[in-house]
Amino acid sequence: MWKWLHPYANPETSYHLVGKLIPWFAVVSGALLTIGLFWGLLFAPPDYQQGDSFRIFYLHVPAASLSMGIYLGMAIAAFCGLVWQLRLAGAAVAAMAPVGAVFTAIALISGAAWGKPMWGTWWIWDARLTSELILLFLYLGVMALNSAFDDKIAAGKSAGILALVGVINLPIIKYSVEWWNTLHQGATVSKLGKPSMTLDMFYPFVFCFLGFAFLSAVIICIRFQSQILQHNVTRPWVKKLVTVEENKHAV
Amino acid sequence: MQFDSFSAFLDMGGYGFFVWLSYGSAFLLFAILLWSSLSGHKHTKQQIIKKLNRDEKLRQRAQQSSAGVEP
Repeated sequence: MWKWLHPYANPETSYHLVGKLIPWFAVVSGALLTIGLFWGLLFAPPDYQQGDSFRIFYLHVPAASLSMGIYLGMAIAAFCGLVWQLRLAGAAVAAMAPVGAVFTAIALISGAAWGKPMWGTWWIWDARLTSELILLFLYLGVMALNSAFDDKIAAGKSAGILALVGVINLPIIKYSVEWWNTLHQGATVSKLGKPSMTLDMFYPFVFCFLGFAFLSAVIICIRFQSQILQHNVTRPWVKKLVTVEENKHAV
Repeated sequence: MQFDSFSAFLDMGGYGFFVWLSYGSAFLLFAILLWSSLSGHKHTKQQIIKKLNRDEKLRQRAQQSSAGVEP
């Protein structure tokens, strides 16, 4: 497996591989989100208790699960970067942090807009909400550390350590609704076995979730490309790439 | 279709403000993130080109002065 993976540790190979993936991811994301959001907003039946306010679910739950998923990905990259000194891993951490931060912010905002009509409050210092807010601060911390050093290697190391330490927050978010008494409802779709909702509500969720996942992949790939270029400014292949692209646009 | 008219769709059974607030802010945030990522990528390439041009000029000047030719 290492032999097979090895070429992808080469920045030039990764740059071009990611460049080829971006348009495909964008098309898949656009198609899935169009289907999922139309289905969820127009055709899924209203909830018997929450009425049409439950349609925030199709945004809130994918955003919240992806905010944790992206963090896990970022922490794995940080681990690889710290243990095997992979330069590309640092680039991946830097690429993922802002995207994860936006997903966390969306989960918090849509959660507040859902909490107001259902719980009667925009915000409450409850275990689930507070731990998700801490996740946002962890992302912002990783971003700040990445831009705090001129030396990309030192920046990657310190940001990687924060990302790894922050992993402890993930199980806290996941199980906060079980460990503490909270206003937030328990898991609906991320349970092993059957999701506790009817299938005509569940299918649009699957489309939305995958659509948002591919959207995050598109943006992460774009940012990963920028990071690779910034890490390899002095390499001949980068020089060749930017000059060729400049000439293409100049003509 | 769960809604009889477009205005009923916008109203979301009385929850219109909250539903569209969350979808609207999410759309705005994604748009900003996508735009900043694309313009950031462009900016990175332009910075590298600027650096290459600067290095090239420095190299030429160094060559000229070592050859003893005044520009």
